[in-house]
Amino acid sequence: MSESIISIRNVTKTFGAVRAVNDVSIDIQANEFFALLGPSGCGKTTLLRMIAGFTNPSAGQILIDGQDMVAVPPNKRPVNMVFQSYAVFPHMSVEQNVAYGLQVVGTPAAEISTRVANALERVGLDELRTRMPGQLSGGQRQRVALARALVKQPKVLLLDEPLSALDAKLREQMQFELSQLQQDVGVTFIIVTHDQDEALSMADRIAVMQDGNVDQIAEPGALYEKPANRFVADFIGKVNLFDGEVSGTQAGKLTVETAVLGKVHLTHDGEAQHQVCLAIRPEKIRISKTKPDVEGHITTRGRITDWAYYGDCSHMFVETENATQSGAVRLGVVIQNDTRNAVDALDIGDDVHLFWSPDDMLVLND
Amino acid sequence: MGVFKRASQGPLDYHRRLWLRLYVGLTFLAIYAPIITLIIFSFNDSRRNIVWRGFTTKYYWKAWNNDSLFEAFVNSLTIASVSTIVSTILGTMVALLLWRFRFPLKSAYEGLMALPIVVPEICMGVAMLAFFSRVTGFPTGWIWPFNLSAITAAHIAFSFPFVAIVVRSRLAGFNRELEEASKDLGASEWQTFWKVIFPFMKPGVIAGALLAFTLSLDDFVVTFFTSGPDTLTFPVKVYSMVRFSVTPEVNAASTVLVAITIIVTIIAMRFQSPEKMARG
Repeated sequence: MSESIISIRNVTKTFGAVRAVNDVSIDIQANEFFALLGPSGCGKTTLLRMIAGFTNPSAGQILIDGQDMVAVPPNKRPVNMVFQSYAVFPHMSVEQNVAYGLQVVGTPAAEISTRVANALERVGLDELRTRMPGQLSGGQRQRVALARALVKQPKVLLLDEPLSALDAKLREQMQFELSQLQQDVGVTFIIVTHDQDEALSMADRIAVMQDGNVDQIAEPGALYEKPANRFVADFIGKVNLFDGEVSGTQAGKLTVETAVLGKVHLTHDGEAQHQVCLAIRPEKIRISKTKPDVEGHITTRGRITDWAYYGDCSHMFVETENATQSGAVRLGVVIQNDTRNAVDALDIGDDVHLFWSPDDMLVLND
Repeated sequence: MGVFKRASQGPLDYHRRLWLRLYVGLTFLAIYAPIITLIIFSFNDSRRNIVWRGFTTKYYWKAWNNDSLFEAFVNSLTIASVSTIVSTILGTMVALLLWRFRFPLKSAYEGLMALPIVVPEICMGVAMLAFFSRVTGFPTGWIWPFNLSAITAAHIAFSFPFVAIVVRSRLAGFNRELEEASKDLGASEWQTFWKVIFPFMKPGVIAGALLAFTLSLDDFVVTFFTSGPDTLTFPVKVYSMVRFSVTPEVNAASTVLVAITIIVTIIAMRFQSPEKMARG
């Protein structure tokens, strides 16, 4: 990979006593589709606004293409932004909106008209160029915002929760279109989102943020299968967590004592604290009415208490026999309805055995 | 049973009730009957203007040819125009300041700005009279139109807060991301103001300007205290004419003023209407 197009170095931002962003360092490569993911208030939007130049870091450096951006105002930065509200100028037509960014910097009229036409064609709005924003749907307004940013030929395109205002169907479609668009134009995209599906499906790499800190930066698959800590595991997808104490360590082997599962033997390399958290994803749990004949698997028993049918799969909750001090433990289990009779095999109130391979289980530090 | 059945009334169907309609009708009558009478009697062919004696428009001509009335009318329009321009600029700038910036004692400043709206006009008039009689350099003996400067200054003082309030409420609906988007696309502060912020607040500025115009045009109290013997405005002149006798000429002149005020107010309301706000 070439050297990074954006380099965020030890950036901190404080608002009064609040640390919105706390000593964050991220390097983003050219042509990457990068996502900042986290719950609201985690500092991801503040970070994006610092890249755009609307707020300045309290400490640290932001480099765009090797240049320090701290003293550079937003209108002089080689980045453009698609705002959460789209911020399409209401008193200008679609065409005027897209041309605006070129006009204010004095681009020749002939060049403006060809570039605007190209940008509008790229986002599929060439038929609506004389419309006013009031006559457009939310999805169309977003395309105007996209065209308006892309016509500037930025080095980096910033997108602030771009899909949050769209309905589910359109959101899914725009996810694909955005990925496609990013590949076509070859511009680095940085997207801010609180929606894990959005980040997982579109981004090349994802930074998961919490309380102003970056917990993990990884590719979507790694984030899901090898989360760095309890927060990331819980935030990305669904997960069942068991608190436990490490009672024995050998080279690459770990023995963990838990209330629900008893003694569990796991392979784990890397460090482990005394107090750990074991995690298993719902879809990796196997379920059976009869006692399974499996060697070396982790097993437990319980009763199905809740059931949600999704067509392709079913989600259920199983209350385990062994309870912790804080009460009964409910495990989420996802089964694939991969045969037509799968649906009738299990029902609420059934006593079942749950089992899974220790290899599918993760050891997480808090 | 059927006797008790009535057409069901929705919660907003009050206007179907007779007593309410009567009440509304009487209210309108009380408000508008004097004005309508005034307009009708401006066409009365009678000197004393007590009994209807036939239709004529001659008193409009008479009013038009009354030199001192005409002069007062020109004075009023001049004062209103200058006052409108200055108070619109001033009021818009105040609105921008209050919308845009945070500074110490902002709420105190905001309250002070709105004070001319709530201070009784008579107090304002007396204060202005005291002020201008003390301040040298505001003599009444200047040549036209500079002899109107005291009245104009007084009018600006009470009308710019209205402009500020109208423009400010318009700006409250402004999406700050539009401003950021403009800068993000490469525009300077100046370009952003004229190409994005100003077009948005324009309906408010126009509405505020028209409001300032009507306020100035028909102001009597403050003007009465600040005008000199040579600087009659239209409302003050009408008042002095009425003191002799209520001729149809006064009615005609007043009708013209009512017409101008109504027209300007309608235009102002158009610019302030919700649809315009939404579209802008």
